[in-house]
Amino acid sequence: MNHHPTEPQETIVTDMPDRPALLKRWRPRGAVWLAAPAVLVLLLALAYPLAIVVVRSFTDPAPGLDNYVWFFQSAVNRTVLQRTFVVAAWVTLVSLICAYPYAYAMTIVGRNLRLALILCVLVPFWLSGVVRTLAWVILLQDSGVINSFLRGLGLPPVKLIRTLPGVVIGMTQVLLPFMILPIYSVMKGIDTRLLQAARSLGAKPWRAFLQIYVPLSLPGVYAGAIIVFILSLGFYITPALLGGPRSILLSSLVQNQVLSLLNWGRGGAMGVVLLVATFVLLAIAAPLMRQKHSSTRREA
Amino acid sequence: MPSFPRVLLGLFCLLVAVLLLAPTLVVIPMSFNGNKSLAFPPVGFSWQWYDNFFRNPDWTTSFSNSLVIALIVAVVATVVGTLAAFGVSRAAARTGGLLRALLITPMVVPGVVLAIGIYAVYLDTHLVGTVTGFVLAHTMLAIPFVLIAVQASLEVFDRRLETAAASLGAGRLTVFRTVTLPLILPGILSGALFAFITSFDEIIVALFITSPYLKTLPVQIYTSITRDADPTVAAVGTLLFLATSLIIIAGLLLGMRRART
Amino acid sequence: MTASAGAAIEIRKASKRYGAFTALNDIDLHIRPGEFMTLLGPSGSGKTTTLNLIAGFTDISSGTLEIGGRSVTGLPSHKRNIGVVFQHYALFPHMTVGKNVAYPLTLRGIKGDDREKRVKRALDMVKMADFAHRYPNELSGGQQQRVALARALVFDPPLLLMDEPLGALDKKLREWLQLEIKRIHRELGTTFVYVTHDQEEALVLSDRIAVFNGGRIEQIGTGRELYDHPATLFVGRFIGDSTVLRGKSEAAGDGTVMTIGGQRIFAQGRLPGEARPVILLRPERVGLKRPGADALTGENRLSGTVTEAIYLGSGSKYEVRLADGTIAVVRSPLGATDFAIGDTADIAFLPTDLTLLPDDASADVTLT
Repeated sequence: MNHHPTEPQETIVTDMPDRPALLKRWRPRGAVWLAAPAVLVLLLALAYPLAIVVVRSFTDPAPGLDNYVWFFQSAVNRTVLQRTFVVAAWVTLVSLICAYPYAYAMTIVGRNLRLALILCVLVPFWLSGVVRTLAWVILLQDSGVINSFLRGLGLPPVKLIRTLPGVVIGMTQVLLPFMILPIYSVMKGIDTRLLQAARSLGAKPWRAFLQIYVPLSLPGVYAGAIIVFILSLGFYITPALLGGPRSILLSSLVQNQVLSLLNWGRGGAMGVVLLVATFVLLAIAAPLMRQKHSSTRREA
Repeated sequence: MPSFPRVLLGLFCLLVAVLLLAPTLVVIPMSFNGNKSLAFPPVGFSWQWYDNFFRNPDWTTSFSNSLVIALIVAVVATVVGTLAAFGVSRAAARTGGLLRALLITPMVVPGVVLAIGIYAVYLDTHLVGTVTGFVLAHTMLAIPFVLIAVQASLEVFDRRLETAAASLGAGRLTVFRTVTLPLILPGILSGALFAFITSFDEIIVALFITSPYLKTLPVQIYTSITRDADPTVAAVGTLLFLATSLIIIAGLLLGMRRART
Repeated sequence: MTASAGAAIEIRKASKRYGAFTALNDIDLHIRPGEFMTLLGPSGSGKTTTLNLIAGFTDISSGTLEIGGRSVTGLPSHKRNIGVVFQHYALFPHMTVGKNVAYPLTLRGIKGDDREKRVKRALDMVKMADFAHRYPNELSGGQQQRVALARALVFDPPLLLMDEPLGALDKKLREWLQLEIKRIHRELGTTFVYVTHDQEEALVLSDRIAVFNGGRIEQIGTGRELYDHPATLFVGRFIGDSTVLRGKSEAAGDGTVMTIGGQRIFAQGRLPGEARPVILLRPERVGLKRPGADALTGENRLSGTVTEAIYLGSGSKYEVRLADGTIAVVRSPLGATDFAIGDTADIAFLPTDLTLLPDDASADVTLT
């Protein structure tokens, strides 16, 4: 949740080469072993299951690349794969547009208003995703809030549930906190005196904002964007409940192959495609998320 | 006087705040619906769906299953995750970084891929529909949250206090009990809360490893939404919404008071 | 807070190595019971390492360490019964001042009234009794350090170690606390070992000072001994202001003659062996005179130009550029002739008012 980091104690290093002396005693070599139980849980419940998925994608029903050949040759699969990425991109873009000004506002308002804004982010962040999707079902359905509102105005109803826009709207709302929180945590560490400095040097306010503030906030933007994009790629519940046959995403396809058709190999191959896409994206994006401008940040 | 961009920003943020919070609020009127329907607007007023939630065994058992599993997960994941956080922050920097990256992978692995893998393993080992199976899977999913929360408080914890305590006569265990633990307790508690909620809300893996004999609340909600338009889900949603809001408000107020002293 | 006899410390041939880096190189240090010993030196000179060895925060690589006549090799710090005061206070933020001070007593099984009484006495000693119910973050730096001092002394340790305890405080507060620490040392009779890089602080506080440089002890002595009779150029330059004169030198009877910028200087005494001598001058032992005027018999004169003149109230301080480029520091008493920047002047000193030392290039490097 919300940690209130205490201001780091001022350290005046007077005797540099002596410092390891103090730390050494408390950095026992065996410390790594404290993580052993956690690693064991991960091996049992993460590594082993994923290994099985990968193995089955190459061996079920017969050894070879059949499942992958099938996956990439099927026009339906390719469409779904493409749609999954397009939806993820839309969700990321819309979230970013909503999140950036919101996070910025969180850093400039007074304490009480900030608390209210944080509350608006944290409640959906913590509330069960199923419940929030349920809310969207009620809102978007043909007999839902939006359509009864339109009917009240004498307008024709809009088809929202089981359509792609409906899926994007629902997913955006569910994932928005994941965009706001990282951006906010970077923004609140930006030293606003830099903006004043830029202005004192003659930059117009919007120009100072674009040239100084925005670049400094980028690590948060990258972090938020990559988290939202990756979570969107693997999203299952919201598209399953809000989507229809024409808005099916890759996760539903995987579920269908395994649970309904008992086709572990094909389901596994799809899963591996999803997994590889996720990790490739992470590998590309990870360097962007690092704080390049750490020297200009106040220690938060 | 606020400038024009400020007003625009304020309006935009209001809109986003509404988007964040308001959609969820529609479950509240639906939960008092007089008809057995999720169609809007609700008709009449009744408590029957709340009554149903507390009486219907489908709902009560799934709720108590979720509660039991989430409580066990909270305890196990907190212990395991806290130990791991110590391991990560006290190991050499490179090893610690690698270990941390490894331990937070559950956060980024697509849920369905993980679910089919776990399902395959559980079919072989007869763990489908068992508390053990749920606890194992959910603990794995919760470890990253505990790790991050505890590590954050370990980072602001001044290690030199341990040296000071030792100089005053405290042995390793006493140092941990009287100095380290009390100071990182907020991190551990928020980690435990994260673990509890992660398990209590988890649905994707649960949908695969559930059985008619062991359903969790999210599974029950999901099947109820897909199968019938039973407003009991709205009642459950309302209760969860209230509980979540209360916890967060309490947390924020507590944090505020601590910040003040 | 009973006046307990302080413990003696005996360090023999002690070294501390981290891999290839030698933090402490074969030092010998004897600290007498009840003594106030300051370990003085620049960054990385080994003084804090020595303190850490005594406290038990780090192990000795070779050599022996005895506290109170007992070898403590392998004894962890929590069993050594030594009070330690840290530069960063290290008060427990989740405990009140009273709880912080009671902590070491609780660990020693002291309970109830006895504990309360001792906590109160310790807080009284540092004049913090009114703050017992406050939390550390409600106190100023100086107040926190006084509490830390009370906490380190409340269990009557025979030895108190202090690692730059005043380093984070401003000058006024530092000077006041120095006097407080001195008073407490006098009252208790505990052995105090104090680490600092501030030579003035060392002079104010200590019975004796050990000057560290590059992992070795250069000299151990009282402040007066170190100032008046430095054993090495490093010590001479580290303690107090000084001017170092270098030139071509030759023996002349039982004295030494040095030629600096074409002028000859006579120094009493000779260095044994082959070492190249340098002359160390203290600013108060040097006079500033009009060129050629007021000569005393046997007086050395070096001509130069005044480059800086500072009025100090109690006198004046001058910097004079000599013919060979050396900047000499002179402190003249009140009533001496006034000079202005740009004036030509002679520095004047007697052959007995200087110290002849073996040259050591590292002394210059370390100080910059």
